[in-house]
Amino acid sequence: MLWLLFFLVTAIHAELCQPDAENAFKVRLSIKTALGDKAYAWDTNEEYLFKAMVAFSMRKVPNRETTEISHVLLCNVTQRVSFWFVVTDPSKNHTLPAVEVQSAIRMNRNRINNAFSLDDQTLEFLKIPSTLKPHTDASVPIWIIIFGVIFCVVVVAIMLLILSGIRQRRRKNKGPSEVDDTEDKCENTITIENGIPCDPLDVKGGHINDAFMTEDERLTPL
Amino acid sequence: MEKARPLWSNSLQFVFACISYSVGLGNVWRFPYLCQLYGGGSFLVPYIIMLIVEGMPLLYLELAVGQRMRQGSIGAWRTISPYLSGVGISSVVVSFFLSMYYNVINAWGFWYLFHSFQDPLPWSVCPLNGNRTGYDEECEKASSTQYFWYRKTLNISPSIQENGSVQWEPALCLILAWLMVYLCILRGTESTGKVVYFTASLPYCVLLIYLVRGLTLHGATNGLAYMFTPKMEQLANPRAWINAATQIFFSLGLGFGTLIAFASYNEPSNNCQKHAIIVSLINSFTSIFASIVTFSIYGFKATFNYEDCLNKVILLLTNSFDLEDGFLTVSNLEQVKDYLESTYPSKYSKVFPQIENCSLESELNTAVQGTGLAFIVYSEAIKNMEVSQLWSVLYFFMLLMLGMGSMLGNTAAILTPLTDSKLISRHLPKEAISGLVCLSSCAIGMVFTTEAGNYWFDIFNDYAATLSLLLIVLVETVAVCYLYGLRRFESDLASMTGRTLNWYWKAMWAGVSPLLIISLFVFYLSDYILTGTLQYQAWDASQGQLVSKNYPTHALAVIGLLVASSIMWIPLMALGTFIMRCLRRGGTAPMA
Repeated sequence: MLWLLFFLVTAIHAELCQPDAENAFKVRLSIKTALGDKAYAWDTNEEYLFKAMVAFSMRKVPNRETTEISHVLLCNVTQRVSFWFVVTDPSKNHTLPAVEVQSAIRMNRNRINNAFSLDDQTLEFLKIPSTLKPHTDASVPIWIIIFGVIFCVVVVAIMLLILSGIRQRRRKNKGPSEVDDTEDKCENTITIENGIPCDPLDVKGGHINDAFMTEDERLTPL
Repeated sequence: MEKARPLWSNSLQFVFACISYSVGLGNVWRFPYLCQLYGGGSFLVPYIIMLIVEGMPLLYLELAVGQRMRQGSIGAWRTISPYLSGVGISSVVVSFFLSMYYNVINAWGFWYLFHSFQDPLPWSVCPLNGNRTGYDEECEKASSTQYFWYRKTLNISPSIQENGSVQWEPALCLILAWLMVYLCILRGTESTGKVVYFTASLPYCVLLIYLVRGLTLHGATNGLAYMFTPKMEQLANPRAWINAATQIFFSLGLGFGTLIAFASYNEPSNNCQKHAIIVSLINSFTSIFASIVTFSIYGFKATFNYEDCLNKVILLLTNSFDLEDGFLTVSNLEQVKDYLESTYPSKYSKVFPQIENCSLESELNTAVQGTGLAFIVYSEAIKNMEVSQLWSVLYFFMLLMLGMGSMLGNTAAILTPLTDSKLISRHLPKEAISGLVCLSSCAIGMVFTTEAGNYWFDIFNDYAATLSLLLIVLVETVAVCYLYGLRRFESDLASMTGRTLNWYWKAMWAGVSPLLIISLFVFYLSDYILTGTLQYQAWDASQGQLVSKNYPTHALAVIGLLVASSIMWIPLMALGTFIMRCLRRGGTAPMA
C-alpha cells in the first residue's frame, strides 16, 4: 500500500515538473564560460543549493513564508547544464502561479547569482527577464563641464587678443601721426604699371644698383 | 595709412600652413575608402600618376600666382585680367559654402571628444528601455555606436522634409568650434602662423601612435592583407582613374583661393616650386599612412565582429541542443554542425535559419567613407580596445587638429580678399571682418544642427564644391596660360624667384592638366545627368539602418542654387567688365 502511495506521489511530482509544464521555468547555467578553470561540477548537492535558494526567494513573498526545500521540484537536467523547475504549494498538488515565482526570483536575483558565483548572463532564467542596472548618470553630465572649461578659456583668450590689438592700434595712432609722410604712403602702395605690380621686381633676389639712392637717403634725417 | 603686407615669419610657417590646410579629413576618411574600392595596392598606381601629372603642376600654379600677385584670389585674378575677377569671387563663394558646413564636423569632433572622458564610453553601451528589462529598441536593431551617432549626436529625423528644431548640444559645440577658429585667425598671419605649427604636426604624432597601436591589435594583419593585395584588374576600370584624379584634386584643396592667399604672404623670392613638390608629396604620403592605420583598425574591427558572430552561433547551437557548455569551439564548429544535422535533422532544420553565415571577408568588405567612417566605424573599434578613453581622446583630438587646420585655410581664403579690398578694410579693422565672417557662417551653420541637419550637410558636402571647383581651376589654368600668356608668366617667375621654369611645368599647365580637368568635368556632368533623380541615405529608426530616398524638389532646387551661385560669377563679371569698358570707350570717344 505504501509503495503504491509512493509511486503515486512521484508520478504526481513527475507530472507537475515537466518541460513546458504550467508554471514551470527553464534554467540554464554556463559555469565553464563564467569560471573557466575554477568551474565546479554540477551535481545533486548543487541542485540542493538551487532548491534552497528558490525556497528562500519564495519565503520572502507574503503568504508564502512556509515554502520548504521539498516544495521545489527539478527535472530534465541536461549536460548543458539546464533544467526545469516548479514550486508547489504545501499540499504538493498544485504548482504556485508563475507570476509569483517570477517576481520572487527577480527580487532576489542578485543573491541567487552570488550563491553560484555567476551573473545574469551565465545563470539564465528563461522567461524571467532580469532587471538591468541603469547607468548612474551624474547630475551634471561630464561633457558639459569640460565644454564649459574650454569655452571659458577660448573666450578669455579672444578678449585678451582683441584688447591687446586695440591697445597696439591706439599706440600706433598716437606715435606715427607726427611722422606721417606722403612719401611713406607712396612707398607702401602697390604701383601698377602696364598691369604688372612693380614691387615684386624690387629689392629681394635682384641686385641693388648702388648708383641709385635708396628712399631713406633721399629724406634728410632730422 | 597703408600697412606693409604681413608676411610669414619664415618659410617653414608657409609650408606648415599649406600642409595643415591640405592634409585634412579627406586624407583619413576618403582615401582608404577609395583604396579599398578600387583594388587596394593597385590603386596607388593611378594615384601617383595623377599626383605627378595633375596635383603638383596645379598646386605650383596656384602658389606661383599668389606669390606673384601678392593679393588674395579676387585681386590676383583681377590683376591677371580684369575680365577674370569673377574667378576670384567664385573661389570666395565656394570657400564660404565650405566653411559653413565644414565646421560642423569640428563641432561633432568636439562633441565626441568631450564624451570620451566617461567610463564606460557612452557609445559602447545601449541605454535601457522603459521598464529596465532590456535595451532601447532602436539601439538593439542598429548597434550602440550607430545609435549614439544617429540618435544622441544628430537626433536625426526620418527624412529631409522633417526639419525638427535646432538641437542645443551640437549647436553649443558649433559655437565653440567657431570661437576656436576665430581665436586662430584673429590676428591674421601672425596668429595663424603660430597655430599651424600645431595643427600640422600634432596629427602626425597621433597617427604614429595609432600606427603602433593599430599594428599590434589582434586581427590587424587581416585588414592590411585585404587592403594591400593588389587587384590588378581594377587598373582597367576607368572609374579608378577618375576617382584617383578627383581625390588628388580635392585633397590638395585647389581652386578655393586658400593657396593663393597663403602664397600672397610670401616673400617674392620664395622658392614655391620646391614647396609645391614638398606639400603635394607630404599630402599623398599622409593619405597612404592614414590608410595603413585605418586598415589595421578595420582588420581589428572585422576580426572582432567575426569572432563575435561565431560565438553567437556557438551559443545558439549549445542552447538549442543542450550540449555541454564549452564543448563547441571555433575549431570543431563545422564538424559538430554536420554531426547535429545528421543526428537531429528536424531540430536542426528549425534552428538553421537563425544560424548566421559568419565571414571575415564580408566584414572587411563593409567599405565606409566620410562621417560614417570617422564617427561610427572608428568609435566602434576604439570601444573594444583597452584603455578606450585614452585612444578615443587621442583620435578625436587628431580629427579636430585636421579639421581646424583646414578651416584656417578656408577662412584665410575668404578673409584675404576682404582685407585686401580697400573699400572694406578702410571702415572695419581686421578683427571685425573676421568676426563678422565667423558670426554669419555660424548662424547659417545652425541649419546643420537641426534634426534634418545631417541631410543638408550631405547636400553641401556632395554638391557645394565639386563641379564649381573643377570649372574654377580650369578657367585659372587656361587664363594663366593663354590669357595672361605662358611666356609672360614664365618671365615674371624668373625675375621673381631667380629660377627658370622647367619645361615639364609648361607642358603640364598648357596641355595635360586642362585636358584632364575637362575630362573630369565632362564625366561628372554626364554622371549627374544619367543618374536622373538624386538620392540620399535616410536613417530609419524602426529598422535601425539607412534607406535610400529621393530628394524632394526644394532640396534639388537648393543643389542647383549652390552650384549656380558659385559658377555664375565668372561669366557675370566678365560680361560686366566688358560692358563697363564699352561704356567707357563710348564715353571717351567723342572727347578724343
